[in-house]
Amino acid sequence: MIIGQIKDGIVLDHITAGKGMTLYNILGLDKLDCQVALIKNAESSKMGRKDIIKIDKVIDLNLDALGYVDPGVTVNIIKDGKLAKRQNIDIPKRIVNIIKCKNPRCITTVEQELSNIFVLTDKENRVYRCLYCESKAK
Amino acid sequence: MRSLIDIRELSVDEIDELVRVANDIIDNPAKYSEKCKGKILATLFFEPSTRTRLSFESAMLSLGGNVIGFSDSQNSSASKGESVADTTKIVSGYADIIAMRHPKEGAPLVASLNTDIPVINAGDGGHNHPTQTLTDLLTINREKGGFDNLTIGLCGDLKFGRTVHSLISAMSRYKNVKFILISPDELKIPDYIKQTELEAKNLKYVETTSLDDVINELDILYMTRVQRERFFNEQDYIRLRDSYILTPKKLESAKDDLIVMHPLPRVNEISVAVDDDPRACYFKQARYGKFIRMALIMKLLEVK
Repeated sequence: MIIGQIKDGIVLDHITAGKGMTLYNILGLDKLDCQVALIKNAESSKMGRKDIIKIDKVIDLNLDALGYVDPGVTVNIIKDGKLAKRQNIDIPKRIVNIIKCKNPRCITTVEQELSNIFVLTDKENRVYRCLYCESKAK
Repeated sequence: MRSLIDIRELSVDEIDELVRVANDIIDNPAKYSEKCKGKILATLFFEPSTRTRLSFESAMLSLGGNVIGFSDSQNSSASKGESVADTTKIVSGYADIIAMRHPKEGAPLVASLNTDIPVINAGDGGHNHPTQTLTDLLTINREKGGFDNLTIGLCGDLKFGRTVHSLISAMSRYKNVKFILISPDELKIPDYIKQTELEAKNLKYVETTSLDDVINELDILYMTRVQRERFFNEQDYIRLRDSYILTPKKLESAKDDLIVMHPLPRVNEISVAVDDDPRACYFKQARYGKFIRMALIMKLLEVK
């Protein structure tokens, strides 16, 4: 399968196989009017299988969302058909309005205007807890 | 201005200092009677609580300050749909410090993020209740002479019991403290508390379903109430309500210098006949709550 090169845009590489669609949705790529390619289960010498997303435009990416869903992703910024910048993603210490707290006793369930903020409390096991009620993110 | 939302925000030194001041208040109340003259405490209680609210109000009045507030969300603008943030901003113009109880977890944190005056969490759902923990610590300090080398039995609802979680967190910072966790299987302590407060700190603890088997080992027996409001299912509440009831007979095999604590109110988990036992400390504990709150109000208002 051949997907053409992009001139100015972003390539999200090394996405864990199967997480491409989640990233597509969480990054709001469905709302873009430019060309976007989601490649599932591409062959990878390092990972066996991986997903790749190509975006035919340089946009502001929510790197926290990216790091929360799949911290192994590489972000490649393409300018004039060449790699202008490569960025590895860290696990974010804090994520805002990416997921919602599921604890029915949490203040965020009754006060809709509050931001849903989760804080990384255990980096090793990637555990996030709600800033307000400390419930574990699910 | 600093707030107190979670007991973990206080260092061991700060807790020791609060306990020292509270002890001095008990010994020399007159010295403190005008420390907060001209200051106003707002008690914003979105959920009823007799003891906590009255002890906060009594604490501020005993410091020479004044009190405003409400004791039920039906009597506040929350019943009209006002947010916690807005209520806090308004009240901040009328008071110097806020004590807030709210049925939703995290509400006092939201308040503290929306004001320049100190906010004290007076209980947020099943989450935190730091001034109850401070009360417990003052009680332990006065009745046991310190915090080290104690075996603490926590009995009853260890799943939803916020006072238990906070007490474990606070006591886990002292030397050679052992916890015995006594509860039915359905109300066992959550795994994350075990992992973060006990296992991560290499603390000794035992889980058991039998109070009788362990009561003779305890220096402190902390009883808790199985609370109806923490259950979504009435049948579960009724089934577990009577799991552990402390009676004079059960106390026969306990140490002579055991202290029995309870955050109160009790329903039936401590038989009234235990009240006359010199080891029963829970009414004293409730009295101590006022003095530690006085010390806390002074600290947060930076009154010397």
